[in-house]
Amino acid sequence: MNILLNGLITGIMFGFLLQKGRVLRYDKQLGALRLIDMTIVKFMLSSIFVSMVGVYMLKDLGLVNLQVKATIIGAQVLGGLIFGIGWALLGYCPGTQMGALGEGRWDAVWGILGMLTGAAIFAEVYPVLQTTVLTWGVFGKVTVPQALGINHWPVIIVFVIGGLLLFRWLELKKL
Amino acid sequence: MKSGTDAGWSPYVAGALSGGVSIFAAVTADKFLGASTTFVKTTGMIEQSFAPERVSTLAYFIKEVPKIDWQWMFVVGIFFGSLIAALTSRSFQWKAVPDMWGERFGTSVPKRALIAFLGGVIAIFGARLADGCPSGHGLSGSLQLAVSGLIALVCFFIGGMMMTRILYGGGGRR
Repeated sequence: MNILLNGLITGIMFGFLLQKGRVLRYDKQLGALRLIDMTIVKFMLSSIFVSMVGVYMLKDLGLVNLQVKATIIGAQVLGGLIFGIGWALLGYCPGTQMGALGEGRWDAVWGILGMLTGAAIFAEVYPVLQTTVLTWGVFGKVTVPQALGINHWPVIIVFVIGGLLLFRWLELKKL
Repeated sequence: MKSGTDAGWSPYVAGALSGGVSIFAAVTADKFLGASTTFVKTTGMIEQSFAPERVSTLAYFIKEVPKIDWQWMFVVGIFFGSLIAALTSRSFQWKAVPDMWGERFGTSVPKRALIAFLGGVIAIFGARLADGCPSGHGLSGSLQLAVSGLIALVCFFIGGMMMTRILYGGGGRR
């Protein structure tokens, strides 16, 4: 299949499910950050567990390749915190704002314009970041099982069981 | 909080199915879901139209070549997928200011626009610094058990909860 067409079809399926799961909305995103409505956490973790098991099974069969991003502690901690600040102000993330616009929440347009502007700023300061933050705590493309020096299945089982216990707790608390 | 008429699907079911979409992309396209690089590429394409020399000298646009790729189409697809789901379930709603925002900060459109724009600028800067957003790190990184993805995902929520506390105050539970 044409790679661009594949991207479009994958996006349509993903956007459809994001809308059905009701995770695109500002109220849902801020609801999670305010710890009053955990819909997006349930959606994200369900997605992660299914794809984690599926992708690792297929990897063991040699049918998919992992594409692990390099761990740079400075980048992920600082960048992650900065992202979180912006996310709380906007109430959408880069992918969900496209879906939010799709269901008529057109304040997502301001976020899209902001992100295009922010990307231009990032490209300008990237050389400075390359010699500073992006050199702080570089560990390369490493996964949790690799860091622990063990097989991936025990780690996956621990993650999934932990997640199911969390789901149970969230349902008991009606979050 | 929950309105019975507009409940959608269980987030567990929709989420699990979206995990299937991740698997589909990995198998059929050798791709993992992500969104934030698309904004870099789009900005690069826009800048190229009026300052091509400038773009060709910026290291970040050499790393992330401004062109339409799989992820760009994926991000556009999210819009259409959501549009289809919203229109076919009559949950499409033209809305300028979210309900929760309106209750706290009022229904002024310029005020919401300014803060949302600023949020977008900050969020994409952070995402590109971290090398991923809740899709690229949060979903795709975590599902591969990547250390980078899990650290980023935790920091997204910590940063978000800190800012939310400033915006909405503590004791948000109703």
